[in-house]
Amino acid sequence: MSQPAELNIDRVAELSRLALTPEEKTRFAAQLGSILGHIEQLAKVDVSGIEPTAHAFPLNNVWAADVAQPGLAVSAALLNAPAQRDHMIVVPKVVD
Amino acid sequence: MINYEAVIGLEVHVQIKTHSKVFTRVGAGFGHEPNTLTDPVVLALPGTLPVMNKAALDAIIKAGLLLGCDIAPVCKWDRKQYFYPDSPKNYQISQYDQPICLGGSVEIELPGAARNLMGEHKKIPLTRIHLEEDVGKLNHHATDSLVDYNRAGTPLMEIVSEPAMQTAEEAFAYLTSIRNTMIYGGISDCDMEKGQLRCDANISIRPVGEKKLGTKVELKNLNSISYVRDGIAHEIKRQLAVVAAGGKLVQETRDYDGVAGTSQSLRSKEMAHDYRYFPDPDLMPVHVDEGWKAELRRACPELPFDKQRRLIADYQIPYTITSVLIPDRALSNFFEATAQLAGMGRSQAVGNWITNDLLRELGAAKLPLSASKISAANLAALIQLIDAGTLLNAAAKEVFATMFATGEAPVVIVARLGLAAAPTDTGELEAWCRESIAANAKALAEFKSGKDSAINAFKGPIMKAAKGKANPKLVDETLRRLLAEA
Repeated sequence: MSQPAELNIDRVAELSRLALTPEEKTRFAAQLGSILGHIEQLAKVDVSGIEPTAHAFPLNNVWAADVAQPGLAVSAALLNAPAQRDHMIVVPKVVD
Repeated sequence: MINYEAVIGLEVHVQIKTHSKVFTRVGAGFGHEPNTLTDPVVLALPGTLPVMNKAALDAIIKAGLLLGCDIAPVCKWDRKQYFYPDSPKNYQISQYDQPICLGGSVEIELPGAARNLMGEHKKIPLTRIHLEEDVGKLNHHATDSLVDYNRAGTPLMEIVSEPAMQTAEEAFAYLTSIRNTMIYGGISDCDMEKGQLRCDANISIRPVGEKKLGTKVELKNLNSISYVRDGIAHEIKRQLAVVAAGGKLVQETRDYDGVAGTSQSLRSKEMAHDYRYFPDPDLMPVHVDEGWKAELRRACPELPFDKQRRLIADYQIPYTITSVLIPDRALSNFFEATAQLAGMGRSQAVGNWITNDLLRELGAAKLPLSASKISAANLAALIQLIDAGTLLNAAAKEVFATMFATGEAPVVIVARLGLAAAPTDTGELEAWCRESIAANAKALAEFKSGKDSAINAFKGPIMKAAKGKANPKLVDETLRRLLAEA
Protein backbone atom coordinates (compact mmCIF):
# COMPACT_ATOMS: atom_id res chain seq x y z
CA MET A 1 0.00 0.00 0.00
CA SER A 2 1.31 3.48 -0.82
CA GLN A 3 2.28 5.97 1.88
CA PRO A 4 -0.62 8.34 2.69
CA ALA A 5 0.24 11.97 2.00
CA GLU A 6 -0.15 13.07 5.66
CA LEU A 7 2.46 10.66 7.05
CA ASN A 8 5.61 12.63 7.86
CA ILE A 9 8.07 9.99 9.02
CA ASP A 10 10.61 12.60 10.18
CA ARG A 11 8.02 14.21 12.47
CA VAL A 12 6.87 10.83 13.84
CA ALA A 13 10.49 9.87 14.52
CA GLU A 14 11.14 13.13 16.32
CA LEU A 15 8.04 12.82 18.52
CA SER A 16 9.11 9.26 19.36
CA ARG A 17 12.68 10.35 20.09
CA LEU A 18 13.99 7.83 17.57
CA ALA A 19 17.04 8.40 15.40
CA LEU A 20 16.27 6.51 12.20
CA THR A 21 18.63 5.72 9.33
CA PRO A 22 17.39 6.53 5.80
CA GLU A 23 16.80 2.79 5.24
CA GLU A 24 14.76 2.53 8.41
CA LYS A 25 12.76 5.61 7.45
CA THR A 26 11.82 4.02 4.17
CA ARG A 27 10.95 0.71 5.80
CA PHE A 28 8.93 2.18 8.69
CA ALA A 29 7.18 4.71 6.47
CA ALA A 30 5.92 1.82 4.36
CA GLN A 31 4.80 -0.17 7.41
CA LEU A 32 3.09 2.79 9.08
CA GLY A 33 1.55 3.72 5.75
CA SER A 34 0.02 0.29 5.56
CA ILE A 35 -1.53 0.73 9.01
CA LEU A 36 -2.85 4.16 8.05
CA GLY A 37 -4.30 2.57 4.93
CA HIS A 38 -6.36 0.26 7.12
CA ILE A 39 -7.56 3.21 9.16
CA GLU A 40 -8.54 5.02 5.97
CA GLN A 41 -10.61 1.99 5.06
CA LEU A 42 -12.36 2.21 8.46
CA ALA A 43 -12.89 5.93 7.94
CA LYS A 44 -15.07 5.12 4.94
CA VAL A 45 -17.71 3.44 7.11
CA ASP A 46 -20.84 5.55 7.46
CA VAL A 47 -21.11 6.39 11.17
CA SER A 48 -23.66 9.21 10.91
CA GLY A 49 -26.21 8.82 13.68
CA ILE A 50 -23.86 6.83 15.90
CA GLU A 51 -22.77 8.56 19.10
CA PRO A 52 -19.02 8.60 19.73
CA THR A 53 -18.05 6.36 22.61
CA ALA A 54 -14.78 5.68 24.37
CA HIS A 55 -15.86 2.20 25.42
CA ALA A 56 -18.09 -0.47 23.98
CA PHE A 57 -19.33 -1.75 27.36
CA PRO A 58 -21.72 0.21 29.58
CA LEU A 59 -19.44 -0.26 32.57
CA ASN A 60 -18.78 2.77 34.77
CA ASN A 61 -17.32 3.76 38.11
CA VAL A 62 -14.74 1.02 38.38
CA TRP A 63 -12.54 1.92 41.29
CA ALA A 64 -10.84 0.81 44.50
CA ALA A 65 -10.75 2.25 48.00
CA ASP A 66 -7.78 4.46 48.89
CA VAL A 67 -5.78 1.94 50.89
CA ALA A 68 -2.02 2.00 50.34
CA GLN A 69 -0.29 -1.29 49.58
CA PRO A 70 3.42 -2.02 49.70
CA GLY A 71 5.21 -1.39 46.42
CA LEU A 72 8.34 -2.74 44.82
CA ALA A 73 11.71 -2.84 46.54
CA VAL A 74 14.07 -0.26 45.03
CA SER A 75 16.33 -3.02 43.72
CA ALA A 76 13.38 -4.61 41.89
CA ALA A 77 12.13 -1.26 40.60
CA LEU A 78 15.53 -0.48 39.07
CA LEU A 79 16.18 -3.97 37.70
CA ASN A 80 15.56 -2.89 34.08
CA ALA A 81 17.43 0.39 34.31
CA PRO A 82 20.46 0.40 31.99
CA ALA A 83 22.22 2.73 34.42
CA GLN A 84 21.50 3.78 37.97
CA ARG A 85 22.96 6.02 40.65
CA ASP A 86 21.76 6.98 44.14
CA HIS A 87 18.75 4.67 43.71
CA MET A 88 17.66 6.60 40.65
CA ILE A 89 17.61 5.87 36.94
CA VAL A 90 20.31 7.67 34.97
CA VAL A 91 19.16 9.23 31.71
CA PRO A 92 20.91 11.58 29.30
CA LYS A 93 20.72 15.17 30.52
CA VAL A 94 17.32 16.55 29.61
CA VAL A 95 16.05 20.08 29.89
CA ASP A 96 12.38 20.96 29.72
CA MET B 1 1.06 56.72 23.09
CA ILE B 2 -0.95 53.53 23.37
CA ASN B 3 -1.82 52.26 26.82
CA TYR B 4 -1.49 48.52 27.31
CA GLU B 5 -3.16 46.15 29.72
CA ALA B 6 -2.02 42.70 30.75
CA VAL B 7 -4.19 39.59 30.51
CA ILE B 8 -3.29 36.68 32.77
CA GLY B 9 -4.61 33.16 32.98
CA LEU B 10 -3.27 30.63 35.46
CA GLU B 11 -2.92 26.87 35.30
CA VAL B 12 -2.66 25.66 38.85
CA HIS B 13 -1.71 22.09 39.67
CA VAL B 14 -2.80 20.82 43.08
CA GLN B 15 -1.71 17.41 44.37
CA ILE B 16 -4.57 15.61 46.06
CA LYS B 17 -3.76 14.26 49.52
CA THR B 18 -4.47 10.52 49.25
CA HIS B 19 -2.88 7.46 50.82
CA SER B 20 -2.31 5.71 47.50
CA LYS B 21 -1.75 6.80 43.91
CA VAL B 22 -4.49 7.75 41.50
CA PHE B 23 -4.48 4.64 39.28
CA THR B 24 -2.76 2.09 41.53
CA ARG B 25 -2.53 1.36 45.24
CA VAL B 26 1.13 1.84 46.06
CA GLY B 27 1.57 4.59 48.64
CA ALA B 28 1.81 8.28 47.69
CA GLY B 29 3.74 10.91 49.60
CA PHE B 30 6.59 13.40 49.78
CA GLY B 31 10.06 13.02 51.23
CA HIS B 32 10.52 9.27 50.81
CA GLU B 33 13.77 7.68 49.62
CA PRO B 34 13.99 7.74 45.79
CA ASN B 35 12.01 5.09 43.93
CA THR B 36 10.48 3.53 47.04
CA LEU B 37 6.92 4.39 45.97
CA THR B 38 6.70 2.40 42.76
CA ASP B 39 4.88 -0.69 41.59
CA PRO B 40 4.42 -2.35 38.20
CA VAL B 41 1.65 0.13 37.23
CA VAL B 42 3.77 3.19 38.11
CA LEU B 43 6.67 1.76 36.11
CA ALA B 44 4.35 0.80 33.23
CA LEU B 45 5.58 -2.78 33.15
CA PRO B 46 3.90 -4.90 30.46
CA GLY B 47 0.49 -6.31 31.33
CA THR B 48 -0.40 -3.85 34.07
CA LEU B 49 -3.74 -2.06 34.22
CA PRO B 50 -4.71 1.12 36.07
CA VAL B 51 -7.48 1.09 38.70
CA MET B 52 -9.06 4.36 39.73
CA ASN B 53 -8.71 5.71 43.29
CA LYS B 54 -12.19 6.59 44.63
CA ALA B 55 -10.76 9.10 47.15
CA ALA B 56 -9.14 11.12 44.35
CA LEU B 57 -12.51 11.41 42.62
CA ASP B 58 -14.21 12.44 45.87
CA ALA B 59 -11.55 15.10 46.39
CA ILE B 60 -11.80 16.68 42.94
CA ILE B 61 -15.60 16.71 43.02
CA LYS B 62 -15.43 18.35 46.45
CA ALA B 63 -12.98 20.94 45.06
CA GLY B 64 -15.39 21.58 42.19
CA LEU B 65 -18.32 22.03 44.57
CA LEU B 66 -16.30 24.44 46.76
CA LEU B 67 -15.47 26.54 43.69
CA GLY B 68 -18.99 26.47 42.29
CA CYS B 69 -18.19 24.33 39.23
CA ASP B 70 -20.71 22.27 37.32
CA ILE B 71 -19.87 18.63 37.96
CA ALA B 72 -20.09 16.72 34.69
CA PRO B 73 -22.53 13.80 34.87
CA VAL B 74 -20.05 11.76 32.81
CA CYS B 75 -16.31 12.16 32.48
CA LYS B 76 -13.63 10.00 30.93
CA TRP B 77 -9.87 9.53 30.79
CA ASP B 78 -7.52 10.26 27.93
CA ARG B 79 -3.91 9.55 27.14
CA LYS B 80 -1.66 12.51 26.51
CA GLN B 81 1.26 11.14 24.52
CA TYR B 82 4.77 12.47 24.88
CA PHE B 83 8.27 11.10 25.26
CA TYR B 84 10.03 12.29 28.35
CA PRO B 85 11.81 10.32 31.08
CA ASP B 86 9.43 11.62 33.78
CA SER B 87 6.73 9.32 32.42
CA PRO B 88 7.60 5.64 31.99
CA LYS B 89 4.43 4.96 29.99
CA ASN B 90 5.28 7.62 27.40
CA TYR B 91 1.84 9.03 28.05
CA GLN B 92 0.14 10.72 30.94
CA ILE B 93 -3.41 9.79 31.90
CA SER B 94 -5.40 12.99 31.92
CA GLN B 95 -8.79 14.34 30.88
CA TYR B 96 -9.06 16.03 27.51
CA ASP B 97 -12.52 16.86 26.25
CA GLN B 98 -14.65 15.63 29.17
CA PRO B 99 -13.16 17.02 32.39
CA ILE B 100 -14.93 16.38 35.67
CA CYS B 101 -15.48 20.06 36.68
CA LEU B 102 -16.61 22.85 34.38
CA GLY B 103 -16.89 26.59 35.03
CA GLY B 104 -16.97 27.89 38.59
CA SER B 105 -14.96 30.75 40.05
CA VAL B 106 -12.44 31.70 42.70
CA GLU B 107 -13.24 34.59 45.02
CA ILE B 108 -10.18 36.76 45.63
CA GLU B 109 -9.33 39.68 47.88
CA LEU B 110 -7.06 42.42 46.61
CA PRO B 111 -4.83 44.37 49.01
CA GLY B 112 -6.81 46.99 50.97
CA ALA B 113 -5.96 50.69 51.22
CA ALA B 114 -4.30 49.93 54.56
CA ARG B 115 -3.37 46.78 56.42
CA ASN B 116 -6.40 47.07 58.68
CA LEU B 117 -8.88 47.54 55.84
CA MET B 118 -10.50 44.78 53.82
CA GLY B 119 -9.58 45.01 50.14
CA GLU B 120 -11.85 44.73 47.13
CA HIS B 121 -13.26 41.27 46.47
CA LYS B 122 -13.87 39.86 43.00
CA LYS B 123 -14.52 36.54 41.34
CA ILE B 124 -12.09 35.06 38.82
CA PRO B 125 -13.96 32.68 36.48
CA LEU B 126 -12.63 29.17 35.93
CA THR B 127 -12.62 27.24 32.66
CA ARG B 128 -12.33 23.75 34.09
CA ILE B 129 -10.72 21.44 36.62
CA HIS B 130 -9.55 18.02 35.53
CA LEU B 131 -7.88 15.07 37.18
CA GLU B 132 -4.62 13.58 35.97
CA GLU B 133 -1.59 11.76 37.26
CA ASP B 134 1.55 13.56 38.35
CA VAL B 135 4.81 12.56 36.68
CA GLY B 136 8.17 11.52 38.09
CA LYS B 137 10.82 13.96 39.22
CA LEU B 138 14.02 14.64 37.31
CA ASN B 139 17.13 15.73 39.15
CA HIS B 140 19.46 17.48 36.78
CA HIS B 141 23.20 17.09 37.12
CA ALA B 142 26.17 18.34 35.11
CA THR B 143 26.21 15.56 32.52
CA ASP B 144 23.08 13.52 33.16
CA SER B 145 19.69 13.51 34.86
CA LEU B 146 18.42 11.16 37.57
CA VAL B 147 14.83 9.94 37.62
CA ASP B 148 12.79 9.33 40.76
CA TYR B 149 9.33 7.85 40.14
CA ASN B 150 7.97 8.38 43.66
CA ARG B 151 5.84 11.30 42.50
CA ALA B 152 4.64 9.54 39.33
CA GLY B 153 0.98 8.65 39.62
CA THR B 154 0.16 11.01 42.49
CA PRO B 155 -3.37 12.36 41.94
CA LEU B 156 -3.11 15.85 40.48
CA MET B 157 -5.84 18.39 39.77
CA GLU B 158 -5.32 21.03 37.14
CA ILE B 159 -7.35 24.16 37.83
CA VAL B 160 -7.52 26.32 34.71
CA SER B 161 -8.68 29.92 34.97
CA GLU B 162 -10.12 32.05 32.22
CA PRO B 163 -7.70 34.74 31.00
CA ALA B 164 -9.40 37.08 33.43
CA MET B 165 -6.69 38.57 35.62
CA GLN B 166 -4.90 41.82 34.91
CA THR B 167 -2.22 42.23 37.54
CA ALA B 168 0.38 40.21 39.40
CA GLU B 169 -1.49 41.12 42.62
CA GLU B 170 -4.65 39.48 41.29
CA ALA B 171 -2.73 36.33 40.40
CA PHE B 172 -1.17 36.30 43.87
CA ALA B 173 -4.60 36.71 45.50
CA TYR B 174 -6.05 33.99 43.24
CA LEU B 175 -3.39 31.47 44.20
CA THR B 176 -3.72 32.37 47.89
CA SER B 177 -7.48 31.85 47.71
CA ILE B 178 -7.13 28.48 45.96
CA ARG B 179 -4.62 27.38 48.57
CA ASN B 180 -6.83 28.43 51.50
CA THR B 181 -9.86 26.74 49.94
CA MET B 182 -8.03 23.46 49.24
CA ILE B 183 -6.58 23.40 52.77
CA TYR B 184 -10.04 24.07 54.29
CA GLY B 185 -11.50 21.25 52.21
CA GLY B 186 -8.79 18.83 53.35
CA ILE B 187 -8.06 18.26 49.64
CA SER B 188 -4.39 19.18 49.69
CA ASP B 189 -1.83 20.69 52.03
CA CYS B 190 -0.76 22.95 49.13
CA ASP B 191 2.84 23.21 50.30
CA MET B 192 4.61 24.79 47.34
CA GLU B 193 8.03 23.74 48.65
CA LYS B 194 6.89 20.13 48.41
CA GLY B 195 5.42 20.67 44.95
CA GLN B 196 1.88 20.13 46.21
CA LEU B 197 0.82 23.40 44.56
CA ARG B 198 2.39 24.48 41.28
CA CYS B 199 1.57 27.28 38.95
CA ASP B 200 2.12 28.19 35.30
CA ALA B 201 0.97 31.56 34.00
CA ASN B 202 -0.16 32.58 30.52
CA ILE B 203 0.55 36.24 30.05
CA SER B 204 -0.12 38.62 27.19
CA ILE B 205 -0.59 42.34 26.76
CA ARG B 206 -2.97 44.26 24.49
CA PRO B 207 -3.93 47.88 23.91
CA VAL B 208 -6.63 48.95 26.41
CA GLY B 209 -10.02 48.47 24.77
CA GLU B 210 -8.79 45.74 22.42
CA LYS B 211 -10.88 42.56 22.72
CA LYS B 212 -8.50 40.18 20.97
CA LEU B 213 -5.81 38.58 23.12
CA GLY B 214 -2.19 39.45 22.38
CA THR B 215 0.68 37.00 21.82
CA LYS B 216 0.76 34.61 24.75
CA VAL B 217 3.85 33.78 26.76
CA GLU B 218 3.76 30.83 29.14
CA LEU B 219 5.77 31.39 32.30
CA LYS B 220 6.94 28.28 34.13
CA ASN B 221 8.66 27.44 37.40
CA LEU B 222 6.73 29.86 39.55
CA ASN B 223 7.40 27.70 42.57
CA SER B 224 6.48 29.95 45.46
CA ILE B 225 3.52 32.28 45.89
CA SER B 226 5.77 35.34 45.89
CA TYR B 227 7.57 34.07 42.75
CA VAL B 228 4.15 33.99 41.09
CA ARG B 229 3.67 37.66 41.88
CA ASP B 230 7.25 38.67 41.04
CA GLY B 231 7.48 36.50 37.93
CA ILE B 232 4.24 37.83 36.43
CA ALA B 233 5.11 41.44 37.26
CA HIS B 234 8.51 40.90 35.63
CA GLU B 235 6.99 39.31 32.52
CA ILE B 236 4.44 42.11 32.05
CA LYS B 237 7.26 44.65 32.30
CA ARG B 238 9.36 42.67 29.82
CA GLN B 239 6.51 42.51 27.29
CA LEU B 240 5.76 46.23 27.63
CA ALA B 241 9.46 46.99 27.10
CA VAL B 242 9.62 44.83 23.96
CA VAL B 243 6.61 46.61 22.49
CA ALA B 244 7.83 50.07 23.57
CA ALA B 245 11.13 49.41 21.79
CA GLY B 246 9.20 48.64 18.61
CA GLY B 247 9.82 44.90 18.92
CA LYS B 248 7.42 42.04 18.33
CA LEU B 249 6.45 39.48 20.96
CA VAL B 250 6.78 35.81 20.08
CA GLN B 251 4.71 32.96 21.46
CA GLU B 252 7.07 31.06 23.73
CA THR B 253 7.55 29.35 27.06
CA ARG B 254 9.80 31.14 29.50
CA ASP B 255 11.43 29.86 32.62
CA TYR B 256 11.35 32.20 35.63
CA ASP B 257 14.34 32.24 37.95
CA GLY B 258 12.95 33.51 41.23
CA VAL B 259 16.32 33.98 42.86
CA ALA B 260 17.77 36.08 40.04
CA GLY B 261 14.40 37.68 39.20
CA THR B 262 14.93 36.99 35.49
CA SER B 263 13.39 34.73 32.85
CA GLN B 264 14.70 33.01 29.79
CA SER B 265 13.14 31.40 26.78
CA LEU B 266 12.93 27.61 26.66
CA ARG B 267 14.09 26.80 23.15
CA SER B 268 12.98 23.17 23.42
CA LYS B 269 9.34 24.26 23.33
CA GLU B 270 9.58 26.15 20.06
CA MET B 271 7.92 23.34 18.15
CA ALA B 272 4.43 22.88 19.53
CA HIS B 273 3.76 19.50 21.08
CA ASP B 274 1.53 17.06 19.36
CA TYR B 275 0.01 15.14 22.25
CA ARG B 276 -2.32 13.00 20.12
CA TYR B 277 -4.89 12.61 22.88
CA PHE B 278 -7.17 9.61 22.67
CA PRO B 279 -9.51 7.89 25.18
CA ASP B 280 -7.69 5.55 27.54
CA PRO B 281 -9.10 2.09 26.83
CA ASP B 282 -7.93 0.81 30.23
CA LEU B 283 -10.16 3.08 32.31
CA MET B 284 -13.93 3.18 32.31
CA PRO B 285 -15.82 6.48 32.37
CA VAL B 286 -17.07 7.90 35.66
CA HIS B 287 -20.72 8.80 36.17
CA VAL B 288 -21.48 11.25 38.97
CA ASP B 289 -25.07 11.16 40.22
CA GLU B 290 -26.95 13.58 42.49
CA GLY B 291 -26.60 11.30 45.52
CA TRP B 292 -22.82 11.26 45.30
CA LYS B 293 -22.68 15.03 44.86
CA ALA B 294 -25.04 15.56 47.82
CA GLU B 295 -22.87 13.36 50.02
CA LEU B 296 -19.76 15.39 49.11
CA ARG B 297 -21.62 18.67 49.49
CA ARG B 298 -22.34 17.71 53.11
CA ALA B 299 -18.59 17.22 53.64
CA CYS B 300 -17.78 20.71 52.28
CA PRO B 301 -16.63 23.21 54.89
CA GLU B 302 -17.61 26.88 55.02
CA LEU B 303 -15.39 28.75 52.54
CA PRO B 304 -12.64 30.92 54.05
CA PHE B 305 -14.08 34.26 52.87
CA ASP B 306 -17.59 33.26 54.04
CA LYS B 307 -16.15 32.40 57.43
CA GLN B 308 -14.30 35.71 57.58
CA ARG B 309 -17.47 37.69 56.85
CA ARG B 310 -19.33 35.67 59.49
CA LEU B 311 -16.65 36.16 62.18
CA ILE B 312 -16.70 39.91 61.57
CA ALA B 313 -20.50 40.04 61.73
CA ASP B 314 -21.12 37.58 64.57
CA TYR B 315 -18.20 38.37 66.86
CA GLN B 316 -17.70 42.04 66.02
CA ILE B 317 -13.96 41.55 65.70
CA PRO B 318 -11.75 43.77 63.53
CA TYR B 319 -10.76 42.75 60.01
CA THR B 320 -7.09 42.66 61.04
CA ILE B 321 -7.71 39.86 63.52
CA THR B 322 -9.75 37.84 61.00
CA SER B 323 -7.06 38.22 58.37
CA VAL B 324 -4.65 36.47 60.74
CA LEU B 325 -7.15 33.80 61.82
CA ILE B 326 -8.79 32.87 58.51
CA PRO B 327 -5.90 31.40 56.48
CA ASP B 328 -5.48 28.83 59.28
CA ARG B 329 -8.65 26.80 59.61
CA ALA B 330 -7.64 25.25 62.95
CA LEU B 331 -6.71 28.65 64.39
CA SER B 332 -10.01 30.21 63.34
CA ASN B 333 -11.86 27.23 64.83
CA PHE B 334 -9.91 27.69 68.07
CA PHE B 335 -10.94 31.34 68.08
CA GLU B 336 -14.60 30.47 67.70
CA ALA B 337 -14.54 27.80 70.37
CA THR B 338 -12.81 30.17 72.81
CA ALA B 339 -15.03 33.16 71.97
CA GLN B 340 -18.15 31.08 72.58
CA LEU B 341 -16.89 29.95 75.97
CA ALA B 342 -15.63 33.40 76.95
CA GLY B 343 -19.05 34.92 76.37
CA MET B 344 -20.49 38.11 74.94
CA GLY B 345 -18.30 41.17 74.62
CA ARG B 346 -15.04 39.27 75.06
CA SER B 347 -14.44 38.21 71.42
CA GLN B 348 -11.96 40.93 70.64
CA ALA B 349 -9.94 40.04 73.74
CA VAL B 350 -9.99 36.40 72.59
CA GLY B 351 -8.82 37.46 69.14
CA ASN B 352 -6.03 39.59 70.60
CA TRP B 353 -4.77 36.87 72.93
CA ILE B 354 -4.73 34.34 70.08
CA THR B 355 -3.23 36.49 67.34
CA ASN B 356 -0.69 38.26 69.58
CA ASP B 357 0.23 36.10 72.55
CA LEU B 358 -0.57 32.57 71.43
CA LEU B 359 0.97 32.96 67.96
CA ARG B 360 4.04 34.63 69.45
CA GLU B 361 4.57 31.79 71.95
CA LEU B 362 3.97 29.13 69.27
CA GLY B 363 6.39 30.90 66.96
CA ALA B 364 9.07 31.18 69.63
CA ALA B 365 8.65 27.50 70.56
CA LYS B 366 8.44 26.52 66.85
CA LEU B 367 5.28 24.54 67.56
CA PRO B 368 2.11 24.09 65.51
CA LEU B 369 -1.26 24.99 67.04
CA SER B 370 -2.03 21.29 67.41
CA ALA B 371 0.82 21.07 69.95
CA SER B 372 -0.49 23.97 72.03
CA LYS B 373 -1.34 23.05 75.64
CA ILE B 374 -3.76 25.94 76.05
CA SER B 375 -7.34 24.72 75.71
CA ALA B 376 -10.17 26.95 74.52
CA ALA B 377 -11.79 26.58 77.96
CA ASN B 378 -8.65 27.70 79.80
CA LEU B 379 -8.05 30.69 77.53
CA ALA B 380 -11.68 31.72 77.93
CA ALA B 381 -11.34 31.38 81.72
CA LEU B 382 -8.23 33.58 81.69
CA ILE B 383 -10.05 36.31 79.80
CA GLN B 384 -12.99 36.09 82.20
CA LEU B 385 -10.62 36.51 85.17
CA ILE B 386 -9.16 39.65 83.60
CA ASP B 387 -12.60 40.97 82.81
CA ALA B 388 -13.79 40.38 86.37
CA GLY B 389 -10.84 42.35 87.69
CA THR B 390 -9.36 39.35 89.48
CA LEU B 391 -6.28 39.45 87.29
CA LEU B 392 -4.40 42.53 86.20
CA ASN B 393 -2.75 42.75 82.82
CA ALA B 394 0.87 42.18 83.84
CA ALA B 395 -0.14 39.23 86.01
CA ALA B 396 -2.31 37.85 83.19
CA LYS B 397 0.70 37.74 80.88
CA GLU B 398 2.56 35.72 83.49
CA VAL B 399 -0.37 33.34 83.93
CA PHE B 400 -0.61 32.95 80.14
CA ALA B 401 3.08 32.05 79.86
CA THR B 402 2.62 29.39 82.54
CA MET B 403 -0.53 28.08 80.84
CA PHE B 404 1.45 27.77 77.61
CA ALA B 405 4.18 25.81 79.38
CA THR B 406 2.03 23.54 81.56
CA GLY B 407 -1.52 23.53 80.16
CA GLU B 408 -2.91 24.17 83.63
CA ALA B 409 -6.16 26.05 84.27
CA PRO B 410 -5.57 29.76 85.01
CA VAL B 411 -7.23 29.59 88.47
CA VAL B 412 -4.73 26.93 89.51
CA ILE B 413 -1.82 29.10 88.40
CA VAL B 414 -3.25 32.26 89.97
CA ALA B 415 -3.65 30.47 93.32
CA ARG B 416 -0.20 28.89 93.21
CA LEU B 417 1.66 32.05 92.23
CA GLY B 418 -0.49 34.41 94.35
CA LEU B 419 -1.17 36.62 91.35
CA ALA B 420 -4.75 37.62 92.13
CA ALA B 421 -5.42 41.33 92.36
CA ALA B 422 -5.66 42.41 95.97
CA PRO B 423 -9.25 42.41 97.18
CA THR B 424 -9.90 46.12 97.20
CA ASP B 425 -11.01 47.94 100.29
CA THR B 426 -13.63 50.20 98.74
CA GLY B 427 -13.17 52.82 101.46
CA GLU B 428 -9.42 53.00 100.82
CA LEU B 429 -9.92 53.10 97.06
CA GLU B 430 -12.43 55.92 97.40
CA ALA B 431 -9.97 57.88 99.48
CA TRP B 432 -7.22 57.45 96.86
CA CYS B 433 -9.64 58.56 94.16
CA ARG B 434 -10.64 61.71 96.06
CA GLU B 435 -6.97 62.59 96.65
CA SER B 436 -6.13 62.14 93.00
CA ILE B 437 -9.03 64.29 91.83
CA ALA B 438 -8.19 67.01 94.33
CA ALA B 439 -4.56 67.03 93.22
CA ASN B 440 -5.28 67.58 89.50
CA ALA B 441 -7.54 70.57 88.92
CA LYS B 442 -6.54 70.82 85.27
CA ALA B 443 -7.70 67.29 84.45
CA LEU B 444 -10.88 67.88 86.43
CA ALA B 445 -11.68 70.98 84.39
CA GLU B 446 -10.99 69.13 81.14
CA PHE B 447 -13.15 66.23 82.15
CA LYS B 448 -15.97 68.57 83.15
CA SER B 449 -15.76 70.29 79.79
CA GLY B 450 -16.42 66.94 78.09
CA LYS B 451 -12.98 65.47 77.45
CA ASP B 452 -13.62 61.91 78.61
CA SER B 453 -10.02 60.74 78.23
CA ALA B 454 -8.95 63.24 80.89
CA ILE B 455 -10.09 60.60 83.40
CA ASN B 456 -6.92 58.63 82.73
CA ALA B 457 -4.82 61.37 84.33
CA PHE B 458 -6.32 60.48 87.73
CA LYS B 459 -5.56 56.76 87.44
CA GLY B 460 -1.77 56.82 87.63
CA PRO B 461 -1.52 58.13 91.21
CA ILE B 462 -4.26 55.72 92.34
CA MET B 463 -2.44 52.71 90.86
CA LYS B 464 0.73 53.94 92.46
CA ALA B 465 -0.96 54.19 95.85
CA ALA B 466 -2.44 50.69 95.36
CA LYS B 467 0.99 49.35 94.29
CA GLY B 468 -0.49 48.31 90.96
CA LYS B 469 -2.96 45.92 92.49
CA ALA B 470 -6.17 47.93 92.19
CA ASN B 471 -8.93 46.58 89.96
CA PRO B 472 -8.88 48.95 86.95
CA LYS B 473 -12.57 48.48 86.31
CA LEU B 474 -13.45 49.40 89.87
CA VAL B 475 -11.08 52.40 89.77
CA ASP B 476 -12.80 53.66 86.65
CA GLU B 477 -16.28 53.19 88.14
CA THR B 478 -15.36 54.89 91.40
CA LEU B 479 -13.69 57.81 89.62
CA ARG B 480 -16.72 58.38 87.41
CA ARG B 481 -19.06 58.35 90.38
CA LEU B 482 -16.92 60.83 92.30
CA LEU B 483 -16.32 63.05 89.29
CA ALA B 484 -20.05 63.27 88.71
CA GLU B 485 -20.37 64.59 92.28
CA ALA B 486 -17.36 66.88 92.10
